[in-house]
Amino acid sequence: MKKTGAQILCEGLIERGVEVIFGFPGGVLLPLYDTLPQYPELRHILVRHEQGAAHAADGYARATGRAGVCLATSGPGACNLVTGIANAYMDSSPVVAITGQVARPFIGKDAFQETDITGITLPITKHNYLVLETEELAQIIEEAFHIALEGRPGPVLIDIPRDVFTEEVEAEKLGITNHRYKPKTGGHTVQVEKAAKTIDSARRPIIISGRGIIISHAAQELTELSSKAQIPVTTTLLGIGSFPGSSPMNLGMLGMHGAKHANLAVNNADVIIAVGMRFDDRATARFDSFASEAKIIHIDIDPAEIGKNIACTIPIVGDARVVLREIARLIQPQTHDGWLSQIREWQEEHPLPDVEGGEELLPQYVIRKIWEVTGGDTIIVTGVGQHQMWAAQHFTCDRPGSFISAGGLGTMGFELPAAMGAKVGRPEETVWCIAGDGGFQMTIQELATIAQENIGVKVAVIDNRFLGMVRQWQEFFYDERYVATPLSGPDLMKIAEAYGISSQRVGRREEVVPAIRRAMEHPGPFIIDFIVRSEENVYPMVQPGGSLTDFVEPPSKILSLLK
Amino acid sequence: MEKHIITALVEDKPGVLNRIASLFRRRGFNIQSLAVGSSEQPGLSRMTIVVGGNSRVVEQVRKQLAKLIEVIKVSDLSGESFVSREFVLIKVKTNRETRGEIIQLAEIFRANIVDVAPDSLIAEVTGDEEKVESLIGLLRRFGIKEIARTGCLAMTRGERSGNGKHLL
Ligand SMILES: Cc1ncc(C[n+]2csc(CCOP(=O)(O)OP(=O)(O)O)c2C)c(N)n1
Repeated sequence: MKKTGAQILCEGLIERGVEVIFGFPGGVLLPLYDTLPQYPELRHILVRHEQGAAHAADGYARATGRAGVCLATSGPGACNLVTGIANAYMDSSPVVAITGQVARPFIGKDAFQETDITGITLPITKHNYLVLETEELAQIIEEAFHIALEGRPGPVLIDIPRDVFTEEVEAEKLGITNHRYKPKTGGHTVQVEKAAKTIDSARRPIIISGRGIIISHAAQELTELSSKAQIPVTTTLLGIGSFPGSSPMNLGMLGMHGAKHANLAVNNADVIIAVGMRFDDRATARFDSFASEAKIIHIDIDPAEIGKNIACTIPIVGDARVVLREIARLIQPQTHDGWLSQIREWQEEHPLPDVEGGEELLPQYVIRKIWEVTGGDTIIVTGVGQHQMWAAQHFTCDRPGSFISAGGLGTMGFELPAAMGAKVGRPEETVWCIAGDGGFQMTIQELATIAQENIGVKVAVIDNRFLGMVRQWQEFFYDERYVATPLSGPDLMKIAEAYGISSQRVGRREEVVPAIRRAMEHPGPFIIDFIVRSEENVYPMVQPGGSLTDFVEPPSKILSLLK
Repeated sequence: MEKHIITALVEDKPGVLNRIASLFRRRGFNIQSLAVGSSEQPGLSRMTIVVGGNSRVVEQVRKQLAKLIEVIKVSDLSGESFVSREFVLIKVKTNRETRGEIIQLAEIFRANIVDVAPDSLIAEVTGDEEKVESLIGLLRRFGIKEIARTGCLAMTRGERSGNGKHLL
C-alpha cells in the first residue's frame, strides 16, 4: 500500500511507542500537521517556543526513561531547538528531534527558511539524518530511536524535507533491523575480577555514582555493592537519586558545591569506584590534584569517557547494572568502620549551613519544606544557579529519576519546560519545578502551554531578585560589583494571572508550608513566588580552579577565625 | 610530536567525512593527513588518518572516532607491523642544464616523469614518508613549483584483515 512520508513518520513514531510530541508548526511542516489528526494516538502539545519543545522532550525522557520527541519547522524553528538538543546531549538524554526541511530541489539554494540543521547539530547529537529518499524514512525512524536509547543515550535529529512528507511510496518496511550500533554491555571479565580484588584490599573506598546508574536501572546493584563491602557513596549532580538520599551511607553530592565531607572523602580515598559518571570538572575540581592517592575503577558504557579527563587504574566498559552485579558478587563482605567514622568526623566538623535563618526567608528553608510536605514523593526539576544547588543539597532524593536538572550544559530556562515534559510523561506523579527568577523568565512563555493543556506542574520560584549564582561570584571574586545581575520585576502574580494560572506570593516562613499544601491540593498548575533573602550564598563552595578540598569560606566564618 | 597511523572503516554516506573532520576540530585533535577511498566491502570506505599527539590523545581519537555511528571499526597501527605508502606529484622547475640531473634523481627513487614542459616537469613518486620526504628535499634546490600528496595509506602485513586492534 502506498503511504505518504507524513503517514510513514506518524506510524513509525507510534510503532516506537511514542505517545506525545512537543512541537511547533511552520511552512514545511504543514503536510505533516495536516496528517496528524489521522493518528489520534499521537498527542501533540503545542509549545510556545521550540526551545521549550526540546527541553520538554528531555524532561519527558528523563522522567520516563523513554525517548522524548520534539518537532520544529525548518530554519528558525530548527535553530530554536539547538540549545535544548545541546542540553540533552551533555546529559545523555534520549531526545528524538524531528525538523522539517525545505523541499529536496531547494536544498543548497539558500531557500526561504533553509538552514543546514544537520550541519549545525553535528557536534551536539549522537547522530543525525537528512532524509533524501522517502523509502528510507521508516528505517531511519527505527534506527534513530534505537541509537537514542541504546548504550549511552543521547539526542538524534531527523531532518525531513517538505516533499518527503508529501511523496507517496510503497510503504512495505525494508525490515532491516540488523542495527550496526550495538554497544558492549558486559564488562571484561579480567577487569571485573581485578576491580573486585582492588575493592577487597581497599581501606578507604568510596563510590562516585552518576546518572549512568539511573539510566541503566542499577540502583539496586549499587546498594548491594555499597552494603556488602560497607562503601560510602557520593553522587554527582545528575547522580542524585541513584542511591537513597536518606541512607547513612550516602554522603551527598560531591564537587564545587558538594558536601565537604564528600569532597574530603574522595580526595582521601585509596580506591574510587566511579560508575556511570564522566569526571566533569564541576565534580572533580582541578584534575591534577583529584584524588591523587586513589586507585580509580571507572565503569562506563561509553569507552571514550574512560581516561578522557582522569586517568584510571581499572577501566571497565559496560553497562553499570551488569558490571556492578558481577562485582558485588565477587567481592568479600567487609567493614570499614574506621574510614566511616573519619568521614562522620568530617561531616560533624562541616555541617551544611542552617536553613532556618533570621528575619528573611531563606531559599534553603523553602526547599527543605517542599521535601517535608511532599515526603520526598515528587519529581524535582530545577534550572541552573543557586536554587539548583540548594535543591541538590537540601532535597533528599530517594528514588532514581526523581531529580531532573540541567547539569552538563547548565541551561537556564530548562526548569519550566522540562518540568512540563516530566509531568506529561508521569501524570500520576507530583512534579515540582524549582525555578530561579532569572531562568524562569527565559522560558516563561511555556506557562501558556501548561495552562492550555492543564499540565499540573507546581512551580516554586526562588525569587531573589538577582541572577543569584553570578551575583555570588561577583560578591566573592569581583568585590561585590553587581554588574548586570540585579533583576527587577515582572510581577509574577500578574504574570500568573495573565496566563490563567493560580498563584501565591510567600515572603514569611510561616506561610511556606500552607502555600506548598495549597499548591499540592490545587488541581492543575500552581505558582508560588517565594521572596527569599536576596544575597544568600551557596556553601560549601570550592575555590574555582582549586582542588576539591580548597573551600571558599563564608565571610562570617572568616571573621570568627580572625577573632 | 609523536605520530600515529589510525585506519577506520566507515560507511560510505554523505556527510561522513564532515563528521570526522568536525570531530577532530571540536576536540582539538591534530590531523596531519587523511586519505579516504572505497574499501574491499561495498558501501564501506577505508580512511587512513595520521594524527599527532601522545598515546593518551591518540587513544581519545580512537575512542571518539569509534563513537560515530557511521564508523564501523577503528584500528591504531602503532605497534603493529604495517606497510605505509603515499603517492605524490611534484612539479619541478627545469632548464636544459638541470633536466638530466633531475631525471637521474627520479630514477634512483623509482619516480616516473609524467609530464615535461620547457621549464618544468612533473614527477610521480610512491613510497613511505621517508622516501617521499628525501626526494622532495633533493628536488628543492631546483625549485619546486607545486606538490600534491595523497596523504599516507597504510595496511598491516600478513594475515590480519581489517588490521590492528579492534575497538568495537
Ligand atoms: C542560558 C544561560 N545563560 C547564562 C547562564 C549563566 N548563569 C549561570 S547561573 C546564572 C544565574 C541564574 O539566575 P536565576 O535563574 O535567578 O537562579 P539563581 O542563581 O538566582 O538561583 C547565570 C546567568 C546560564 N547558565 N544559562
